[in-house]
Amino acid sequence: MAAHLSYGRVNLNVLREAVRRELREFLDKCAGSKAIVWDEYLTGPFGLIAQYSLLKEHEVEKMFTLKGSRLPAADVKNIIFFVRPRLELMDIIAENVLSEDRRGPVRDFHILFVPRRSLLCEQRLKDLGVLGSFIHREEYSLDLIPFDGDLLSMESEGAFKECYLDSDQTSLYHAAKGLMTLQALYGTIPQIFGKGECARQVANMMIRMKREFTGSQNSIFPVFDNLLLLDRNVDLLTPLATQLTYEGLIDEIYGIQNSYVKLPPEKFAPKKQGDGGKDLPTEAKKLQLNSAEELYAEIRDKNFNAVGSVLSKKAKVISAAFEERHNAKTVGEIKQFVSQLPHMQAARGSLANHTSIAELIKDVTTSEDFFDKLTVEQEFMSGIDTDKVNGYIEDCIAQKHPLVKVLRLICLQSVCNSGLKQKVLDYYKREILQTYGYEHILTLHNLEKAGLLRPQTGGRNNYPTIRKTLRLWMDDVNEQNPTDISYVYSGYAPLSVRLAQLLSRPGWRSIEEVLRILPGPHFEERQPLPTGLQKKRQPGENRVTLIFFLGGVTFAEVAALRFLSQLEDGGTEYVIATTKLMNGATWIESLMEKPL
Amino acid sequence: MNRTKVDEEEYWNSSKFKAFTFDDEDDELSQLKESKRAVNSLRDFVDDDDDDDLERVSWSGEPVGSISWSIKETAGNSGSNHEGREQLKSRNSFSFYAQLPKPTSTYSLSSFFRGRTRLGSFQSLSDALSDTPAKSYAPELGRPKGEYRDYSNDWSPSDTVRRLRKGKVCSLERFRSLQDKLQLLEEAVSMHDGNVITAVLIFLKRTLSKEILFRELEVRQVALRHLIHFLKEIEDQKLLLDLFRFLDRTEEFALSHYREHLSIQDPEKRKEFLKTCIGLPFSAEDSAHIQDHYTLLERQIIIEANDRRLESAGQTEIFRKHPRKASILNMPLVTTLFYSCFYHYTEPEGTFSSPVNLKKTFKIPDKQYVLTALAARAKLRAWHDVDALFTTKNWLGYTKKRAPIGFHRVVEILHKNSAPVQILQEYVNLVEDVDTKLNLATKFKCHDVVIDTCRDLKDRQQLLAYRSKVDKGSAEEEKIDAILNSSQIRWKN
Repeated sequence: MAAHLSYGRVNLNVLREAVRRELREFLDKCAGSKAIVWDEYLTGPFGLIAQYSLLKEHEVEKMFTLKGSRLPAADVKNIIFFVRPRLELMDIIAENVLSEDRRGPVRDFHILFVPRRSLLCEQRLKDLGVLGSFIHREEYSLDLIPFDGDLLSMESEGAFKECYLDSDQTSLYHAAKGLMTLQALYGTIPQIFGKGECARQVANMMIRMKREFTGSQNSIFPVFDNLLLLDRNVDLLTPLATQLTYEGLIDEIYGIQNSYVKLPPEKFAPKKQGDGGKDLPTEAKKLQLNSAEELYAEIRDKNFNAVGSVLSKKAKVISAAFEERHNAKTVGEIKQFVSQLPHMQAARGSLANHTSIAELIKDVTTSEDFFDKLTVEQEFMSGIDTDKVNGYIEDCIAQKHPLVKVLRLICLQSVCNSGLKQKVLDYYKREILQTYGYEHILTLHNLEKAGLLRPQTGGRNNYPTIRKTLRLWMDDVNEQNPTDISYVYSGYAPLSVRLAQLLSRPGWRSIEEVLRILPGPHFEERQPLPTGLQKKRQPGENRVTLIFFLGGVTFAEVAALRFLSQLEDGGTEYVIATTKLMNGATWIESLMEKPL
Repeated sequence: MNRTKVDEEEYWNSSKFKAFTFDDEDDELSQLKESKRAVNSLRDFVDDDDDDDLERVSWSGEPVGSISWSIKETAGNSGSNHEGREQLKSRNSFSFYAQLPKPTSTYSLSSFFRGRTRLGSFQSLSDALSDTPAKSYAPELGRPKGEYRDYSNDWSPSDTVRRLRKGKVCSLERFRSLQDKLQLLEEAVSMHDGNVITAVLIFLKRTLSKEILFRELEVRQVALRHLIHFLKEIEDQKLLLDLFRFLDRTEEFALSHYREHLSIQDPEKRKEFLKTCIGLPFSAEDSAHIQDHYTLLERQIIIEANDRRLESAGQTEIFRKHPRKASILNMPLVTTLFYSCFYHYTEPEGTFSSPVNLKKTFKIPDKQYVLTALAARAKLRAWHDVDALFTTKNWLGYTKKRAPIGFHRVVEILHKNSAPVQILQEYVNLVEDVDTKLNLATKFKCHDVVIDTCRDLKDRQQLLAYRSKVDKGSAEEEKIDAILNSSQIRWKN
């Protein structure tokens, strides 16, 4: 089921197996038949590590979604709640437990907190008078979930807000714990680099945790050569821009959740002609997207403009393969053709799906508004007219485009100008409050606190220096056969990835000046290895860098890193970890203050 | 998709520079079509029952056997026991709840840390310890040294914190002196574990006076931030406000207070609450916005009451013809202005619901006002009002058309509200920039404007091209022919 996790340089199936084992151990603790009540948010991440069959093997007979009032009937001995440690969920659990039928068979209750027990939540359960009803209260540290052969995520939505707005370091602690788990499985990482306040904290925690676990010496040969910890607030710009890779655009337009995407069903009408038109599907079409699918692995990281030609080439190849049947004359030849059919049909299905998705996306990217928006984004990123009120943004507000879109553009302008002139900022603010409602004052303050939208202080715009030194804007981009990471945004090279690229060659010493302008400290730590475990690299062998984005990463950045990994003379392959896979819209949303 | 490389000058001269173009537009599109075609044609000769070979996926796309799929499946099988639900309903009365053990106030927080309680009966500390769930890590990470002293009675602050971090029960009550408590806090902070820091803070909050707690946290910023976060989480607004006041973080105090209005549903109460926000130490800019927020809601309550009465009385034409879709309460200012331009356009300035009054009270800029009024009047197809919006008289009594938002915008809005061609035409003609005018006229099929403009530009080729777009034998075609045949015009091409 998860073979694609082992395709990469680092076999992430090892991690998946480890977390599965832990899950089994917990289930076996609650002896007898069981029902699981799910915090709905968790089913996505859990789906990436376990199927229902695994649970069934351990006597899970029923599964429900956590809802108020009474639990559905289930003839089981154990009821287990799988929940995130959130206060509002505790209230629902208490309601469930309290309305349990006292005359029915006695059932045992358990709670599994993911990823962490919370004293605050247990206190709430106690206040509600149900804490004593639970036999097992445990935690399941599903810190890093493998998404793909080179991609791990904690899927912690609130991580950025917690770190940069609330200064709550809990998610950093989880990140550090996740990294300790990785080191336990893949060996101590000898070198740690970092940039940013949170990166510094995580490194400190790791070093401290390592000191505490001196009891057993890690004797695993290190797989990773180094670790790069990056704060999201070192590069606030990149997620604000619209991603232009295939996968990035799917995420921008339809949203990818735990590697699944929901699409409008019309384009995926049932293919059997007989019953066509009878009952057109109304439910969204859900597709899983990962590199287990050969075609998707090939096109996901391409600039969208290069996708059409690949699809058309594939179509020709497949057509030709099916035509082969005419040449099959002998029984042996026919047999061989038939044996290939399943693979060909899978390829055909995959091609059909992606052709449909590409069409859907094309409808959007060819629209006038998309063009206008992109024009403005690219102007800002290349440093044009960032210091005055932008006409397109004004129009968007006047036509009441979604607030998230408006905020994203204004934040982009602010970041590309090292803050807006007070007059410009006040103008935007007033327009937003009058058009979308005064309560958004709170959201605007959040954005300001996170550094996304702020007045320019000291009257100096540092962005041009950063842009020029790091070559963030490239005028000659080859979207079809890229030569530089800037292809993922059709001109803009993601700052975060540029930092990674420069670290591996020629090293950060060359960009000291820019590093000082960017927020937070930059540092390097070494974790000494016993002599037996020190690696002697073969000539030509690539280094493996684990890059951890604290506060989230976009698919376009992932694509850019994969591009670097594949460069022949790149010298470094990347495994990417993050607190959350995100895009500009989900990011801004996480910072918005919503009515209670 | 790249902005084509242009030199600076060229960029400034061209109004629109290429940002996202498919260089080979048609080619690209045809490629997609091509693969679509290929896919479709393949279907014809492949057996229909091939699905078995592919991964089994339910229509919604959940692979059969995935967790979210199984939830639906297994929950469905459980046989929705209607009878049971009915029973529950009847039993789910207040008395039913009353029988259940209620949270007793004697369950102090300390008891919670002492161990698990089971339906009211306390377990002793040692009981709790003997069966504390031991945490198993996926990979067996080395055990910290501290763990071997589990049963000792006098853990140091650092041991205590370490135990808390592992989710073990332990009592904090033993830490009585301020010094001990602060050391506990410092240990927790140095672990960076928010969960533990919060646990210690709960303990401190309970056992220290507010003044001392605030004073000590003021010099411990990390812990302070955690406390603020915690207070927000449990919605202890009062203590939070006290804290901000103590710290002299006045703006945060004001915002935090203002935030509370979001949870007040009743409009009257919300209004009263907003009143308490006026005068709080916001920044100067925000102060004005908060004041406006209050004034707006105050207005909305008056308008809402009045209009609801009018609507239900059924005597007012506008409400009969266009019943209100939603209440105006808590809507943004611009929406309110639209509403007022829609239902109360002609009212004198003195009334609260008149657009002019709103404009003055909230200092709505001209542009914003015209835009909103235009949209509202166009929606009602009140073309006279639209006309009046843009007509100005100079001191000689001549009338002139002027639009602060530019006539191209006017045309777009009119078209969105499906204005008739004659009306559109009039405003398209007022667009100053010739290219824009021609584009809009073509887009909205204002034939006369296109034809006249081509004539004025002496652009024979474009006119010829346009001839193919109009209906055969139509008046437009005749007009084009007449112009094309005219010998008066010196065509430029």
